[in-house]
Amino acid sequence: MISTLPFRTGKLRGGAMALGAALIATSCSSAGGPGAGSPGPTAGTAPAPWELASSLAPSPDPRVGLGAGLFDAEQAFWNMRMVSTTPPPESFLGSTNSDLAFSGDYVIQGNYSGFMIWDISNPASPVLVQDYVCPASQSDVSVYRNLLFVSGEGMEGRLDCGDEGVDQAVSPDRLRGIRIFDISDVRNPEYLGNVQTCRGSHTHTVLEHPGDHDNVYIYVSGSAPVRPADELPGCVGASPDEDPESALFRIEVIRVPLANPAQAAIVSSPRIFDGLVAPPTHGPAPADLAAIEEARARGAFVIEIPAIGETMVLPDQAAAGLLQQVIQARGGEGPPTAADSAALRERLPMIVQNMMGDNLDPEAGPTQCHDITVYPEMGMAGGACEGYGLLLDITDPVNPTRIAAVSDENFAYWHSATFNNAGTAILFTDEWGGGGGPKCRVDDPMEWGANAIFTIEDGDMVFQSYYKLPAPQTELENCVAHNGSLIPVPGRDVKAQSWYQGGISVFDWTDPANPYEIAFFDRGPISAEAMASGGTWSVYWYNGVLVSSEMARGLDIFEFEPSPLLTQNEIEAAKTVRLDQLNVQGQPNFTWPASFVVARAYLDQLERNGALSDARISAVRQALTQAESSSGAQRRSTLTALAGELRSEAAGSRDAQKVRTLVDTLRELAGEE
Amino acid sequence: MHRTIFPARRALLALGVATLSSACATASGGVSAETSTARVGPDAAEAARLEAIYWSQVEGARNRFTEADVDFMVGMIGHHAQALVMAGLVPERSRSPAVQTLARRIDNAQRDEIKLMEQWLQTRGQPVPHWRVEGSTLVFQAGGEATGEHEMAGHEMAGMLTPQQLDELESASETRFDELFLRFMIQHHEGAVEMVRTLFATDGAAQDTDVFRFASDVQVDQATEIARMERMLQEMSSTGESPG
Repeated sequence: MISTLPFRTGKLRGGAMALGAALIATSCSSAGGPGAGSPGPTAGTAPAPWELASSLAPSPDPRVGLGAGLFDAEQAFWNMRMVSTTPPPESFLGSTNSDLAFSGDYVIQGNYSGFMIWDISNPASPVLVQDYVCPASQSDVSVYRNLLFVSGEGMEGRLDCGDEGVDQAVSPDRLRGIRIFDISDVRNPEYLGNVQTCRGSHTHTVLEHPGDHDNVYIYVSGSAPVRPADELPGCVGASPDEDPESALFRIEVIRVPLANPAQAAIVSSPRIFDGLVAPPTHGPAPADLAAIEEARARGAFVIEIPAIGETMVLPDQAAAGLLQQVIQARGGEGPPTAADSAALRERLPMIVQNMMGDNLDPEAGPTQCHDITVYPEMGMAGGACEGYGLLLDITDPVNPTRIAAVSDENFAYWHSATFNNAGTAILFTDEWGGGGGPKCRVDDPMEWGANAIFTIEDGDMVFQSYYKLPAPQTELENCVAHNGSLIPVPGRDVKAQSWYQGGISVFDWTDPANPYEIAFFDRGPISAEAMASGGTWSVYWYNGVLVSSEMARGLDIFEFEPSPLLTQNEIEAAKTVRLDQLNVQGQPNFTWPASFVVARAYLDQLERNGALSDARISAVRQALTQAESSSGAQRRSTLTALAGELRSEAAGSRDAQKVRTLVDTLRELAGEE
Repeated sequence: MHRTIFPARRALLALGVATLSSACATASGGVSAETSTARVGPDAAEAARLEAIYWSQVEGARNRFTEADVDFMVGMIGHHAQALVMAGLVPERSRSPAVQTLARRIDNAQRDEIKLMEQWLQTRGQPVPHWRVEGSTLVFQAGGEATGEHEMAGHEMAGMLTPQQLDELESASETRFDELFLRFMIQHHEGAVEMVRTLFATDGAAQDTDVFRFASDVQVDQATEIARMERMLQEMSSTGESPG
């Protein structure tokens, strides 16, 4: 559908960009303040945002050809800057850093050898407050109040946290599952207990039950082989046909009693994959649909195969054969008549059903998920489960049920999911090659090892587009789609994402069909001689900064630099969203308390998409400045008047929705709501 | 995904947006995309000290392997190499875009994984097997002596195609080829999954996190691909056509 991306070349754009930068510099009054009202694009002529981004992207791409090094690799930045980079403590150097969780001023960083707790209250200088050695890859971490949960999957994990490994294939010393710590005192984590699971825990997801304040729940994910029953009684690796107790084809739900977390235990093993006969592709592209409609229009036979979710045009030869059967059935001969065609059309669904017969293998579905992202406010979860992306109903967290499933022939391994803030779109990643391979080389297809974006429509997922790191990497750099989080820019869906040694790519997917990059960071390879595993495992926005777990190099923290693609107001508006804790696999719903900077962010967006004239943008900015510098009744009346004017202009704008959102913000600021 | 814009239009766009008045560059420079030499983080001396510790600990962690891990890696190189032979038959014989895509991905993935396994053996001072593909024949040399592809002494490789199966595949074409390719590749992948199971059931195996991660990835990637190929076979049997 989408061919290999022609990587950008040419110098013209770079020149234009430099010119653009100069103009921006000279047209600025004060950073973050109200604009100077310079002439902008007139309403209705603004380029589409992805065109704008494409015109501004640096060329040649500075990510190409960066020099190698562990702590001194060359680096490339666009629209973001590094605030700090902090190597791991010596005890963890050389062992892989993994995922991140946040609590207050602290970030907890998993490592195959345990976990670290950093105080990031000063992002320019993170302070290590704890390095807890307790090996078991991959140490995926989550927090809930004072509790820390850590995933253990590797064969080397020990109950006693020893680092000597486990020599026997069956051993009473092995831990594969969830470890539970109390981190009320971050300097002295207390190991409370653990829950052993049949496949260990590659990742996990923490969620609350809306009606249950005494417990918290954990979904355990992971696809590693099932442990022998001799090691963990009840574990069955055979298929459910052979043994209904099979540990395959199910997820595990752990209930953690908050009053006594050590008594955490598995409470259900929902078989969310049962009867899963998902489509083999993400569904037809618009062009395919058009072709099918065109075929219908010219009278071709179109067949539906519900079991695999496919609609296809019956090949002429096959249609001719079936028509011959119809003719023979009526004892006729010669070319088919209109009545024969009508008869075939009527019988086709049954013929298809008979042909499918018992051919569907009930076990064709996945046996486990890699990762599940829950979005409690929407009552939904996105499951990335081997060959499928699932949409789950989690209104009853103990008994999640499947709403929809998609598959995609370009996807090798469904890895993780992110919803947009409104819950109307979902993005899945494909960790093709498992993260250890260099899958971003210039010849690797742009739809392999990428993100796939779907809209959620009436409980179905409808494919829209792929997004992959748009800069080729060397074969010395492991690179594929990996973890990231939404950035709370009001009015837009923006995601920062890790691509291992491909670095960080920040992109806008407000329009699910047209994602585009707005910022990036990249380093050269760790080694110039041979592939050395590393790169950014995850990058998450937390209270104003981007925190990245670098597998080899430690903890990196970044800030955005304002640009035409993400303005100072939009950055400041994102910073108004404050969280006490964050596990990215438990997606929070962002809301923005009304503020002047949020209003200015919407105004910048209206300017960017040409939804209001330059004169109006300028006038509204002035009115906002005036309102902000006044108070009481005067501020209220200015804001109310402004809201009234804008409300009457909304219908005539090319982005009426956003104008109305701005109106709501202004009215809230005026104290009307 | 990325629309092509003609250069002249790009320049105009850049000019247009440059006037976005709210997009002010801060003192630290908002719009720049340069490779950076000025940097935060440890100074050069400290970086060098940490780097020495890093590589020494990486090297130390490499000593935690057993004969079972080595046998697994050597065997899996041979196993993957046969998948390359099979995938190499596809371009000239298959009529199915889906099978062509599958074969391209198998070729890409398993070639990369062979490199990874070779590097794993090499960095642990273990002999790296020699292999090459001659037409549709795999020549594999695990240790000292050259062997045929089905006599890789000491390295159990479940699911390998027999010479008869390879011949059958090589001489098939079009729909018949696609069906055989899918069936044989499922058999081949199931063998790889079995090899991972055997590895994990061996005392002392997969303590090295590189081995655990690689073997787990092989297991899930190939199990996922088996499910995909089974669906493709179902589609073939329901339509009588190769999967589109």
